[in-house]
Amino acid sequence: MERKVYLDNAAATPVRKEVIEEMMPYFDREFGNPSTVYDLGSRVKAVIDEQRAKVAELIGARPEEIIFTSGGTEANNLAVKGIAFAHRKKGNHIIVSAIEHHSVLNSARFFERLDYEVTFLQADEYGLVDPNRLKELIRPETILVSITHASNEIGTIEPLAEIAEVCKENNVFFHTDAVATVGNVPVNVKELGVDLLSLSGIPLRAPKGTGALYFRKGLRLMPLMHGGIQESGRRGGTENVPGIVGLGKAAELAKAEIPAKVSHVNALRDKLVNGVLEKIEAVKFTGHPENRLPGHASFCVQAIEGEALVFMLSSHGIYVNTGSACASKALKTSPVLVAIGVPAELAQGSIVFTLDINNTEEDIDYVLEKLPPVVDRLRAMSPLWGKAKPQAA
Amino acid sequence: MYSEEVMKHFAQPKNVGEISDADGVGEAGNPVCGDMMTFYIKVKDGKIEDVKYKTFGCVAAIAVSSKVSELVKGKTLEEAKTLSKKAVAEALGGLPKEKMHCSNLGAEALGNAIVDYEAKHGGEPLEEQPEEKIEVTLGCCDCGAENPPEAKFCMSCGKKLGE
Repeated sequence: MERKVYLDNAAATPVRKEVIEEMMPYFDREFGNPSTVYDLGSRVKAVIDEQRAKVAELIGARPEEIIFTSGGTEANNLAVKGIAFAHRKKGNHIIVSAIEHHSVLNSARFFERLDYEVTFLQADEYGLVDPNRLKELIRPETILVSITHASNEIGTIEPLAEIAEVCKENNVFFHTDAVATVGNVPVNVKELGVDLLSLSGIPLRAPKGTGALYFRKGLRLMPLMHGGIQESGRRGGTENVPGIVGLGKAAELAKAEIPAKVSHVNALRDKLVNGVLEKIEAVKFTGHPENRLPGHASFCVQAIEGEALVFMLSSHGIYVNTGSACASKALKTSPVLVAIGVPAELAQGSIVFTLDINNTEEDIDYVLEKLPPVVDRLRAMSPLWGKAKPQAA
Repeated sequence: MYSEEVMKHFAQPKNVGEISDADGVGEAGNPVCGDMMTFYIKVKDGKIEDVKYKTFGCVAAIAVSSKVSELVKGKTLEEAKTLSKKAVAEALGGLPKEKMHCSNLGAEALGNAIVDYEAKHGGEPLEEQPEEKIEVTLGCCDCGAENPPEAKFCMSCGKKLGE
């Protein structure tokens, strides 16, 4: 293997050295259970409260508005199910966008089996959701709207402030899955106007299995995890102390670093996108060209399949992601690509790059060197290439 | 996730290409689902003298096409007709459960090439399928089990199919 170029930071990141160091004492020195009454416990409880404040600070919330969870998926589940169950008397209609992460889509679909109704708000070809269309869909029975801040599949950033206004006018709770944005762009819950927000430690380079749900003070939420009264009775279970410490440290470091990170990854991303579109024909750049996540590039490559592409690139030490059906355990093409109208055949050639601060210009040059021949090789094998080359719009 | 044999065939697939004057051409799968194979055969004295293919699909699909071509080259048509998806998967050292349908596709595409040959050259009456009934199956989204195409619910875990 020539060198390693890791460009799948949305899926996983190497944990920061400072975060690991900060976590270490909480494994075998400060190992107390925060709920115990003696000093071993109360010390750790105080530490958790400090982390809560750090995470709150990152998103402009109050510490008491943060619930620590096991990640973005749990936060999304807690938001959708927590609100839907707690406010059944108010109504039974939920609206989620068609481009949500599976943890939101499937949480919503779960309610279709109960006495709730779910509407999937469509997005345009760039993945943008229309606040006016949302207004039309809201009914007296609507209790919750969930629209992602940005999709990791196509990078498009949604107009949350406008959506929040529509929700406020109609007295509907508004949740956003901000897993892709917290730590990558400035996020302020008051400015965005959301009632609930999910975040994950992964983009912050905290360990996997960490995350949080922001919920506006005073909001009633049914817990998912019934048990002890941890997290103010909203999430039972002995806290993942080292994980929470790691998340807090990562959050503390992240805020100040966002501007430098944005400019660094954007420059590299633009070089990558220009290079790919120049060197490889019949490639569609997906998502919004301007309102998109920093460092995010997503394409659909005509006539080849994503899993094969990912494996071939990994044999060169290049790690990327794909939304193709074959690459998913459920054998389903990314619902996001389907929702934005990419033809199913073209969607199979999906490839997604998510850059981070550690990536360099040499990394991009290396990708631009190795990717075109890999594409050529797969196209030479493909019955869909050569004779009638369909258009990649 | 994949066996060494699968990765070997993926990295260096055998017999990739087309045969412009093929005696039989067979296709299986479709790009909408993410897997499609086209097989080309040249037949002489009842044996598959040459075989080539083009594949659009994942690692498993490419490895399966390569393995199928390796298994049937030089064999008689009768022998080739008995090629089962199980034999292909076994020859590859196994496939993940959700990829078993790829081995189905390889056998089916080759089968269709043989059917095409026979239709053009008289000989055997036109068969719809070789001896072993090869069905396209519907993969369950939850557990990956294969189900008959007309099934509405997964026979393994009960989940509603096709959503």
